[in-house]
Amino acid sequence: MSMLNKLMLSAAALGASGAAFAGNGAVADEFKWMTFTVFGVIIAITMAITFWAARSTHTTSEFYAAGRSVSGIQNGWAIAGDYLSAASFLGIAGLISLYGYDGFMYSVGWLVAYITVLLVIAEPCRNIGKYTMGDILAFRNDPKKTKTVAALSTITVSTFYLTAQMVGGGVLIKTLIGIDYEISVIGVGILMLAYVVFGGMKATTWVQITKAVLLVTASIILVFMVWAPYGFSLPGYLGQVVADPDVQKQVAKLLGDKAATMTPEELGQRFLEPGLFLKNPIDQISLGLALVLGTAGMPHILMRFFTVPTAQAARTSVIWAMGIIGGFYVLTLFLGTGAAMLVGPDKIAAIDAGGNMAGPLLAQFLGGGENSMLGNFMLAFVAAVAFATIVAVVAGLVLAAASAMAHDIYVGVIRGDHATPKEQVVAARVASGVVGVIAITVGILAKGQNVAHLVALAFAVAASSNLPAVFLTLYWKKCNTTGIILGMIVGTVTAIGLVMISPNMTYPKAVIATANKVLNGEPAVPAKEATPAVERSSFMCELFAMDGCVLAKPAQAAAAEKPAKPGAAEKLAGLNAKLPTLEADLAKAATPELKASIEADLAKVKKDIAAVEKAKAKAEADLSKFEGQTTSIMGLEKPFFLLKNPGLISIPLGFLLVILGSLFTRDKRAEEMWDELYVRQNTGINAEAASVH
Amino acid sequence: MSSTNFNWAAIDANPKFQALHRKKTFFLWGLMVFSIIYYFLLPIGAAYYQDLFKTKVWGVVNVGLLFALSEFVVAWVIAFVYSKKANAQFDAMAQEIINDVDSGRIK
Repeated sequence: MSMLNKLMLSAAALGASGAAFAGNGAVADEFKWMTFTVFGVIIAITMAITFWAARSTHTTSEFYAAGRSVSGIQNGWAIAGDYLSAASFLGIAGLISLYGYDGFMYSVGWLVAYITVLLVIAEPCRNIGKYTMGDILAFRNDPKKTKTVAALSTITVSTFYLTAQMVGGGVLIKTLIGIDYEISVIGVGILMLAYVVFGGMKATTWVQITKAVLLVTASIILVFMVWAPYGFSLPGYLGQVVADPDVQKQVAKLLGDKAATMTPEELGQRFLEPGLFLKNPIDQISLGLALVLGTAGMPHILMRFFTVPTAQAARTSVIWAMGIIGGFYVLTLFLGTGAAMLVGPDKIAAIDAGGNMAGPLLAQFLGGGENSMLGNFMLAFVAAVAFATIVAVVAGLVLAAASAMAHDIYVGVIRGDHATPKEQVVAARVASGVVGVIAITVGILAKGQNVAHLVALAFAVAASSNLPAVFLTLYWKKCNTTGIILGMIVGTVTAIGLVMISPNMTYPKAVIATANKVLNGEPAVPAKEATPAVERSSFMCELFAMDGCVLAKPAQAAAAEKPAKPGAAEKLAGLNAKLPTLEADLAKAATPELKASIEADLAKVKKDIAAVEKAKAKAEADLSKFEGQTTSIMGLEKPFFLLKNPGLISIPLGFLLVILGSLFTRDKRAEEMWDELYVRQNTGINAEAASVH
Repeated sequence: MSSTNFNWAAIDANPKFQALHRKKTFFLWGLMVFSIIYYFLLPIGAAYYQDLFKTKVWGVVNVGLLFALSEFVVAWVIAFVYSKKANAQFDAMAQEIINDVDSGRIK
């Protein structure tokens, strides 16, 4: 299964891999009351914010854009809040804790994305736009047509992202405190609906600000505790990380056979070097493209620029957001490596294979460990902030989707912009309710589904459809309605289509083969002679699995024969056979030291038995789930498109079709409105003003 | 949102607006292209220049780690440079155009 996307949606991947943490969550029962108290306090704060915001949320501008009264700095924190979703907050720290350098490298693209937002999107959108992306496109293009397409694209992107967050959130809450998945999803949904329906954008913004401040504060405290013992020396601290036996063991596990000839120092150092996780550079570039261009096309991020009074404030807000987001990712380097060194990758992966629990477990450790009051308080606090994160991000997405539905489709297209202010607000609230109910339903239906690709897909669609349309409308004189519609439809369809035939989907044959390997073991592999490097037959072969394709392979040294690997039943029999011997030894043990050493062995064997049984149960479940199936839902036995991220193809295609569509047709309005659009986006003349109270 | 009050074509054709347009276009594209190239050097370096990335330069800290950290610094510097330039120059130029429009110097 795709590791890259496991991270993108980190929490949800857990559900996908079926590694549901069966126990009662990471918090021990005796401390549950404390967890619920902390959760209760944070929820109470957000409800108080909503109550306060609801009193000044009456007009459409107040509902969608907080009356354009959010200051630049406040909006900067809110953007950071929107962006530091559970995937980046929990996922990247987890990735660093398991894979070191690659996890950190991965975080870079998420920040660089804001350069695009800052330089080309934020200020023009503030000057031109009103409430939605559709408003920007409709400025010079045919309003009804472009608003329809923009609304569909907004709803598509929001739904993908939303589903991923809902499923991720449900799994996260279950893992942390053992609340049922369905109850978690409904809880997230109801809270989020309360923020949106009553408090509109103002409540959503302030919940985001509160959450972002809590998140950053918690991270700073944790990093301080991790780093202070080394006198805040970077080489001193990382020196200890690479010298840690747990870290070295993790690298050895990741490298497999290659680790045999390496010294412990080399293994530790390898943790700070690239290539333990991200293996396909073309896929990474494809993802990088989707991030760097997709963020600027995310409807819930675009919408944030309508909440500030001026273009200057929009600029300030991106600068602040970049400072906060970037600073947060730098902190994540310490959170991740700290968790690897202090908690240990083994333990982190045991609770969640994707590493999502690295941050919360580090908090627990730093507070004094599993059985300490402070440790569990810190775990509860981090968990509650993670919960608030999911609720707030979902609220922002619901607002974006609802504005597309109510403002673009209902008011713009159906009513032809002739709705009274009161009707508009009612439409906005009703649409929010509808989207919210859909989000809860989809969240429950998607339980246990492979939704890991949905975040990647949301960014890919935003980058292939929304960004080319907005960018070319703002900056290219010849751009017109036909181009926009063609580009957005083709960009969206290509991005979704490619993901449907990519390695992100579930291919029953591969799942069955893996399950069989677990259950029946693997036969011995005979010794191999050295093979020279193989050149790939063409670049297209890196992208598509076509007939006659030869993939590039590096030269390989001769390999010794590999012995057969036993199946699960055989492993269990072997382990169980050890138990009576060890127990007999324990009874005979003369000295306390010997006794302790045997007890440790016994515990290890029991742990191994539990692990094998868990793997066996999962393999059996997979076998029965996919019994008789040979193809994915697209009817493929194996992926045809070889990248996990479609951006490399769908983004250029989106741009190309906007350009071609515009060049081959004429649109009088688009041409006539160009001067006005260009002057207004650069000067702010006639921009929507802040409402006065 | 009436557009009848302003002669947009005249503002667009005004030398002051054209100067703002030229300055902004040059500056924004320069920064944009630089930042994209600098960003993609990271995955390319990590994939194809591993020996360089693995070179230790400060205790266990290697070139790759410093380069990844430099991505953050460069992003912040770009944000800083842009905001300085926009606050000092672009805003003033835009304000001058607005003043000219308001006072009727551009018709």
